[in-house]
Amino acid sequence: MTWADVLRNGWDAIRNHKLRSALTSLGILIGIAAVVLTVGLGQGAQKQVADRLSALGGNLLIVSPGSSTTSGVRGGFGSASTLTTADADAISSKEAAPDVAGVAPVLQSNDQSLVNGSTNWTTTVVGTTPSWLSVRGRQLSSGRFLTAADAKDAAAVTVLASDTARELFGPLNPVGQSVTINDVPYEVVGVLTSAGSDSTTNLDDQAIVPLSTASQRIVGGTSRTAVQTIYVKASSPSRLGAAYQETDAVLAYRHGITSSSAADFSITTQQSVISTTSSVNSTLTNLLIGVAALSLIVGGIGVMNIMLVSVKERTREIGLRKALGGTPAIIRRQFLCEASMLGLTGGLLGVATGVAGAITLPHFLSEPVTLSVPWICIAIAVAIAIGIGFGVYPAARAARLSPIDALRSE
Amino acid sequence: MGTEPVIELLDVRKVYEMGAVRVEALRGVSLRIEQGEYVAIMGPSGSGKSTLMHILGCLDVPTGGTYHLAGEDVSTMDDVELAEVRNRRIGFVFQQFNLLPSLSALRNVELPLSYAAVDRATRHRRAREALGRVGLAERLDHRPGELSGGQQQRVAVARAVATDPALILADEPTGNLDSTATADVLALFDELHQAGRTVVLITHEAEVAARAARVVRIRDGAIVDDRTAAVAS
Repeated sequence: MTWADVLRNGWDAIRNHKLRSALTSLGILIGIAAVVLTVGLGQGAQKQVADRLSALGGNLLIVSPGSSTTSGVRGGFGSASTLTTADADAISSKEAAPDVAGVAPVLQSNDQSLVNGSTNWTTTVVGTTPSWLSVRGRQLSSGRFLTAADAKDAAAVTVLASDTARELFGPLNPVGQSVTINDVPYEVVGVLTSAGSDSTTNLDDQAIVPLSTASQRIVGGTSRTAVQTIYVKASSPSRLGAAYQETDAVLAYRHGITSSSAADFSITTQQSVISTTSSVNSTLTNLLIGVAALSLIVGGIGVMNIMLVSVKERTREIGLRKALGGTPAIIRRQFLCEASMLGLTGGLLGVATGVAGAITLPHFLSEPVTLSVPWICIAIAVAIAIGIGFGVYPAARAARLSPIDALRSE
Repeated sequence: MGTEPVIELLDVRKVYEMGAVRVEALRGVSLRIEQGEYVAIMGPSGSGKSTLMHILGCLDVPTGGTYHLAGEDVSTMDDVELAEVRNRRIGFVFQQFNLLPSLSALRNVELPLSYAAVDRATRHRRAREALGRVGLAERLDHRPGELSGGQQQRVAVARAVATDPALILADEPTGNLDSTATADVLALFDELHQAGRTVVLITHEAEVAARAARVVRIRDGAIVDDRTAAVAS
């Protein structure tokens, strides 16, 4: 008996019991659709985070004061003041750090009250240099960004992020208007476009002022040159590693540090943030896949159940097939083929349902769903494997039947 | 096959052990059937006639003695070899017809050919020819449910001869048929016999057995009578 005959027999058997086959496949269908959707949701969320972070500068290094090592005693006081504007200038040197495309030192103060007439809004004031815009990969929706002249004069100008602008000015264009910070009026010169939020902060709720302005009028403190964070942008994502090493070398040299464990600064990449987010996501995805896998097992048990019923019901047919020359191997193959076809049918319909869900779901949920072809192929393979796996026992029973007993059954 | 007998049973015994009970279904049966013979095996129920039919049909193996089918010793074969021998050497006709209800007459007849791995075109041709020979050339695409009992049994006969077997083994082939259909099917067996085929028919009906040239009677697991009529049919 050729494979074509075996497949044809299997297909005939499935067609002869349309409703039963459909219900059996339904079990597999649900499981496969769930796998396709959960994987799609997981990958969609991951992609969204990755997209967002790369839009904010996927080639970004973040230099913070203090060592990332936690062992040992970090000597001295005021670790927050180990980075200065001079450090930032040194990193921007093309000779010392050729793979660095831009540097933005930042001095920020949380919970600053911004006032526009009777409206008042508490937000984060970020003091930085004109290069911040390109380093953080942001765009303006109106007005202009900070200029070198603003920095030089420690001008009382500010650029508002979109949420902040809306809270203070409503639908009006704030450019040219003025807001009061610490009793000092600042002219709003520009508004940023929306960038969403990263894992910790709302990037659309902040007010940007020149670094000099922030250090003199807002943050205060003893050192006028200290900064909290230095953002370093590598010339390309592939040069991120090189930029990391150059930044590390420049700062180590400037701070007179000889061993990495003594470093009084730490450098993190957006990549590490992405991987943290991904790991949270993948935990959730794994959990959902576990649930889907469970439903696949239940579906598989359904296949086994139906195959056992089918073997019982078709005892006479099996006896006849054996009498006419069907060897146990051929009989086994026939039933395995039927079971795998049930699995395949469920798998294909499940993928179809999953894809349909992936297309419609984003309209109802604000979650993107990414369909991945390899996962769809895996899902179909799993569906067939489940059919075969749960078909082994019923098929073995069919193959073992003695032709005499089978023919004698009514 | 040549001059070899189609069936040669030598002191065949079959013992069933069911727990402590030991049933001797066949107690030393020796039987030789030549090519082209038409033999009826008769016996009351419980005589061992079914057991003999199972062994002749290679559905079961004897516990003692030897069985040569068309020269091949089948008494020591395993399940797989037996399945192949059944496929190549034996054409079965059952009391219950045993057609697959979901398949057309043509595909039912093709079934044993498909197990013989005959290619599709040849299979079609031979199944058509076989159905033509039993007078059902017009009913190729009918399913068993759309055919009368007599027609169904004719499909079964076509299925039995399609593989061109050495032996046609019919187990109570008229047991489920009315008298018209019985006459019809028996005429078919006569034709097969005249065409030179070896037919062994198991029955308990004397008028059916009367059609055969040779009648073998079995009782209590042994042959009690074996006579060849002077004139066949």
